[in-house]
Amino acid sequence: MRKIRVVIAKPGLDGHDRGAKVIARALRDAGMEVIYTGLRQTPEQIVGAALQEDADVIGLSILSGAHMHICPRVMELLVDKGLSHVRVLVGGIIPDVDVAKLRAMGIAGIFLPGTPMQAIVDFILQHVPPRAEVV
Amino acid sequence: MKPVSADTAKARWERDVLAPTLEKSPERAGPFTTISGRPIDRLYTSDDLPDLDLARDIGSPGEFPYTRGIHPTGYRGKLWTMRQFAGFGTPEETNERYKQLLRAGGTGLSVAFDLPTLMGRDPDHSLSLGEVGKCGVSIASLADMERLFEGISLSDITTSMTINSPAPMIFAMYLVVAEQQGADWKTLSGTIQNDILKEFIAQKEYIFPPRPSMRLITDIFRFCATDVPRWNTISVSGYHIREAGATALQELAFTLRDGIEYVQWGIDAGLDVDEFVPRMSFFFNAHSDFFEEIAKYRAARKIWARVMRERFGAKDERSLKLRFHSQTAGVSLTAQQPWNNVVRTALQALSAVLGGTNSLHTNSLDEALALPTAEAATLALRTQQVIAHESGVTNVVDPLGGSYFIERLTLDMEEGAYKYFDAIDRMGGMVAAVEQGFPQREIAEASYRFQQSVEKKDKTIVGVNGYVDANEAPFPILYIDDQASGRQLARLRGLRQTRDQARVTATLAALQEAARGADNTMYPLLECVRAYATVGEMCDALREVWGEYEEVPSI
Repeated sequence: MRKIRVVIAKPGLDGHDRGAKVIARALRDAGMEVIYTGLRQTPEQIVGAALQEDADVIGLSILSGAHMHICPRVMELLVDKGLSHVRVLVGGIIPDVDVAKLRAMGIAGIFLPGTPMQAIVDFILQHVPPRAEVV
Repeated sequence: MKPVSADTAKARWERDVLAPTLEKSPERAGPFTTISGRPIDRLYTSDDLPDLDLARDIGSPGEFPYTRGIHPTGYRGKLWTMRQFAGFGTPEETNERYKQLLRAGGTGLSVAFDLPTLMGRDPDHSLSLGEVGKCGVSIASLADMERLFEGISLSDITTSMTINSPAPMIFAMYLVVAEQQGADWKTLSGTIQNDILKEFIAQKEYIFPPRPSMRLITDIFRFCATDVPRWNTISVSGYHIREAGATALQELAFTLRDGIEYVQWGIDAGLDVDEFVPRMSFFFNAHSDFFEEIAKYRAARKIWARVMRERFGAKDERSLKLRFHSQTAGVSLTAQQPWNNVVRTALQALSAVLGGTNSLHTNSLDEALALPTAEAATLALRTQQVIAHESGVTNVVDPLGGSYFIERLTLDMEEGAYKYFDAIDRMGGMVAAVEQGFPQREIAEASYRFQQSVEKKDKTIVGVNGYVDANEAPFPILYIDDQASGRQLARLRGLRQTRDQARVTATLAALQEAARGADNTMYPLLECVRAYATVGEMCDALREVWGEYEEVPSI
């Protein structure tokens, strides 16, 4: 069985990368293949990375309030590129009123401040079907 | 011959009193460590301070090495400045919040800019999508700065501006607004954060590569020494380093080493140490581990005084005195049970006061959820006022001085910081260390260790991994919609149509010429600002000359 592949990305102008880096390490320690894009990635760059890396999951870390602009664009691009199977998770500061809207646009998991790392690991293990190694 | 070890009072107590007690009733499982992971003994006595020299290590308030504070009278002379960081939406909305904070008894302003402004992008840049006015106020040109301070006399207040890469541009705008109000630059006072090293290390709001970024800072040092002599040219910041996950010791060591780097670059740029160091200030985090924080502030003053005297030969007493602002730890606030944050903030603020802070921002209870509501911001200010006027702690200078525990922690902080200084000196200084990713890696390690200790419940966070309430009601927050963005975009379009475009082009060209050579960039920047060039245009002009910095991503 191949390892689950996760692209962790920081979209937007914000540089607060503590959460993104901690989660990236926790997922790697849990046995996943983690690709961290670095800072200030556009939705196009993030979806491009997911395509290139054959990712199962995209994890977006957003604290700046720009989620309602970034998430719809990422979801739209995933459909365009035929990557609808990629699960998108969002972690960060998301007002309650936006949580339902994000779910409605197909964001699989939304993780607010205080979420244990293990909860995110478990979520991915439950929601990403295992795939055979590509030979 | 082996020396006979004396049976100290502590050793006797441990044998006669403690040991039998532990046999009957063992201690809790612990670990007994600070939030930074430093082990703490159960008791400190004079036996823990064999190396303490009262005059050398502690001294008296207002005297070298200033461990007990820079003012002989502590807070009996003047309370700390209660400076609440605020900014959101349009300049008008923020202007209204400032007037409210001043009416509520705030004694200084502190401007929070939005991400496009902080990153030197105009509201109409593609990367600004969804970010205009969200995390702070949107300032694109002098016209916005005029609106931000409408009806507020800049000669009567001090203003702190949290701006780093575009600090020279924003500072120039402030100066031009002051000029329009008829204020004298010579008497103007306030602070620009202007600390690019901690941006590379922690907060990552950089634009240009490290070396030209450092040059912009030394240009400000030189400019202010002659033109705005009472302005605090830099606020060397540990706050963001700590928020990114550093330990208390790392915060202290990296911040002071950043300070040393700026002093060295200032001297290398031809300034005399006593000409610009008196206008340098610092900014620390007030985190949750009460005593560790107090020791950190006391050690900071002592180390700075010694380093300025011994390493740089500073003679002016003002160069030796470390002045600092502090802010309670945003990262400690929880989205769960937000009212608990009021208590956290009060304790953190108290540690900053007991550590002798010169200025303080207390966070609002709702900041893990959103930018604060007006009510939450007022309660945060009231927290400081209660400490200042009701707790009695301001009656006495350095009340914890001489505590065995505090003095031990202070000495250990000092020793640990010097070890980091040595390591960074060996790398060739802080700019070189940053280029090698050293402080970045140290912080990433510490932040991961802390998160693991929370997962294992070695550290309890009330409401998060202990005392959880499964049925929490939603909490009302300030929701910032996209109206501000729309208004700022429309205004920018208007500005671009009405200003004298030829003048803008000419002033930007003059800025580039200064950047390519050695002339001080502040003077051409003031001309760009007077021509209503935007933050994005001024930064783009410099991007063309110096390029942009890109971090190599690593986890």
